[in-house]
Formats: sequence, structure tokens, C-alpha cells
Amino acid sequence: MRSSSPPAILDGDRVRGAGPVDVIEYGDYECPYCAQADLLLADLPVRRAFRHFPVTSKHPRARVLAAAVEAAALQGAFWPMHDALFADQGRLDDPHLWQRARTLGLDLDRFEADRRSEAVAARVSVDFRSGVAAGVMSTPTLFVDGAPHPGVPGEALIALLRGAADRC
Amino acid sequence: MIVEAGTPAPDFTLPDQDGNEVSLESLRGRRIVLVFYPLDFSPVCTDQLNVYQEVLGELESEGATLYGVSVDSAYSHRAFQQQLGITIPLLSDFHPKGEVSRAYGVLIEERGHTGRALVMIDPDGIVEWSYTSPSPLEIPGANLIFDALERSAA
Repeated sequence: MRSSSPPAILDGDRVRGAGPVDVIEYGDYECPYCAQADLLLADLPVRRAFRHFPVTSKHPRARVLAAAVEAAALQGAFWPMHDALFADQGRLDDPHLWQRARTLGLDLDRFEADRRSEAVAARVSVDFRSGVAAGVMSTPTLFVDGAPHPGVPGEALIALLRGAADRC
Repeated sequence: MIVEAGTPAPDFTLPDQDGNEVSLESLRGRRIVLVFYPLDFSPVCTDQLNVYQEVLGELESEGATLYGVSVDSAYSHRAFQQQLGITIPLLSDFHPKGEVSRAYGVLIEERGHTGRALVMIDPDGIVEWSYTSPSPLEIPGANLIFDALERSAA
């Protein structure tokens, strides 16, 4: 996990939104500041990628939750599950995951098998390792034009991201 | 000034979080990384040691053993280690306060605690690499340790 150049959005990334600026968000579903950052970004005209950065000594469920979202992705529901976790971080135990999977209309048996699969664990690790290589040391960390911005985005960064769109 | 690569690492004997004494002498034959951080329970350190913990298996498989060092007491270290849920041992540079940190050139005298710094020591007790963070708020990434390990293996 030696240093790599600043991350850019890649083909395999989970991406949504559109705009002149790319934002890469490293986050963890058990991290309240990540939920806050995610909400702030949703209002901005940017193209954003979400990458998993589970820190399990701090958030014991972080890897389990990232795997659940990737398992949902295999049934076309990455963002719905992503949003459903961030929307209610008080309910992140297994029964709560099953309930969300049902609500989203997922095949529950498949979801259960997929979220424990090696392929899904490997997918989460690819994200995490790319974060370590980029020097991520806290969540959330956003990268804008290759520059790291640790923490919930402040007013200056939000104004910058909004302003970039206004200039186009 | 932090100790420089190529110089012998200053010897030390410090208690860990359980009160067991750890000396540099006893660590001969192993490549160790001392992680100096300002204080237990200060919020920034939390993420630093948590992220190092997450990659600890990989650092160990590349031959590095990590020790956290700050001027806090062993009792504080034990509580901090438990709160973080980490296994990285924490050494207490408590009495005489900051003496080892001073010898390594990382004590911030006017504040009475260490800066944020990394020192890698080779199996013969020679400093192999050292890094001081430009400010206590800037946390050295785990990638820097992997970079240093790769250079030492080259």
C-alpha cells in the first residue's frame, strides 16, 4: 500500500451525479460525519464516486456494512442501499439489513450469500487500499482535483464546488 | 531536529500500557516503527492509530513492528488502547517526562508533548527513516510507512 498518485474516478467506481468537477469520497457507513458529508454533496453539481474506507477498530460493523452495499450492488441497488444505511445509522444490525433488502425488493438469499462472498470482500478491500495509498487517515476524506479534504466539507469547499458549476 | 537516518537510535526503556518495560535493546533483530503522537484521547490521534491498526497485519508481514509513544502515563495508555480497540502497544514517556521524545528530537518543549513523527529503526538499532509531520493536525499516512519499508527492502 505504498503511495500512489492522487486518485481519479475509474471505470469500476460507484459514480453518480453530473458536473464539471469530480469528487471522490472515502467513507464508512458507521461514521456519522460521512453521512453528513454525503448529504451535503448530494446538493452539489458534481460527479461523485464513493469508495469504502472501513476502519473496523473504530467501527466494528464498517466492513460488514460496506459488503452489504456491494452485495446490493450485484442486484443493481448500490445507491439505494447506500442511502438507506446513511439515512438511519442507529439501525445497522443484520435484521435491519434484511429489512432494508426486502424493502428494496432484493432477493434475500442471494443478498445473504453475496455479502459474505470473497469477491465482495475483495471489492471493498480494493477501495480501502486505494485510500491508504492516497494517504487517507480519517473519514470522510474527499478528493477534489487530486487534493485531499479530510472531514465534513466546510463552507469554503462547498462554495468552491458550487462555484465551479456556475462558471460553466 | 528529529534523529536522522544512518545514526544510532537513542536507547530507551519505557513501560507499555500494561506496565511491562520495553527497551530498544530488547527489540534488537526486529525492524520497529516508533509512532510519536501528541496525547492520548486527542481526537486526531484516534484516526491515526485506528488506520494503522487496520493495516497492521500487512505491516507486520512486511517485517515492521509498531509502537505508539506519547508522554501519557501507562494507565492512560491502557484506557486509550481499549477505547480505540487497538492492539498496537503504547509506550509511556512519562517519567522523566518526555525524556525519550527529547532524545529523538520530537518533543515540543513549550507544549510539553511530542509532535507527530515516525521513526523506523533497523534490526541493528540504526535509524533507517524518520518523518516529522509539518503540524500536529497533519497525520502521516500509513502509505509513508509502506514506502519506507519498500526502500529498506530495496
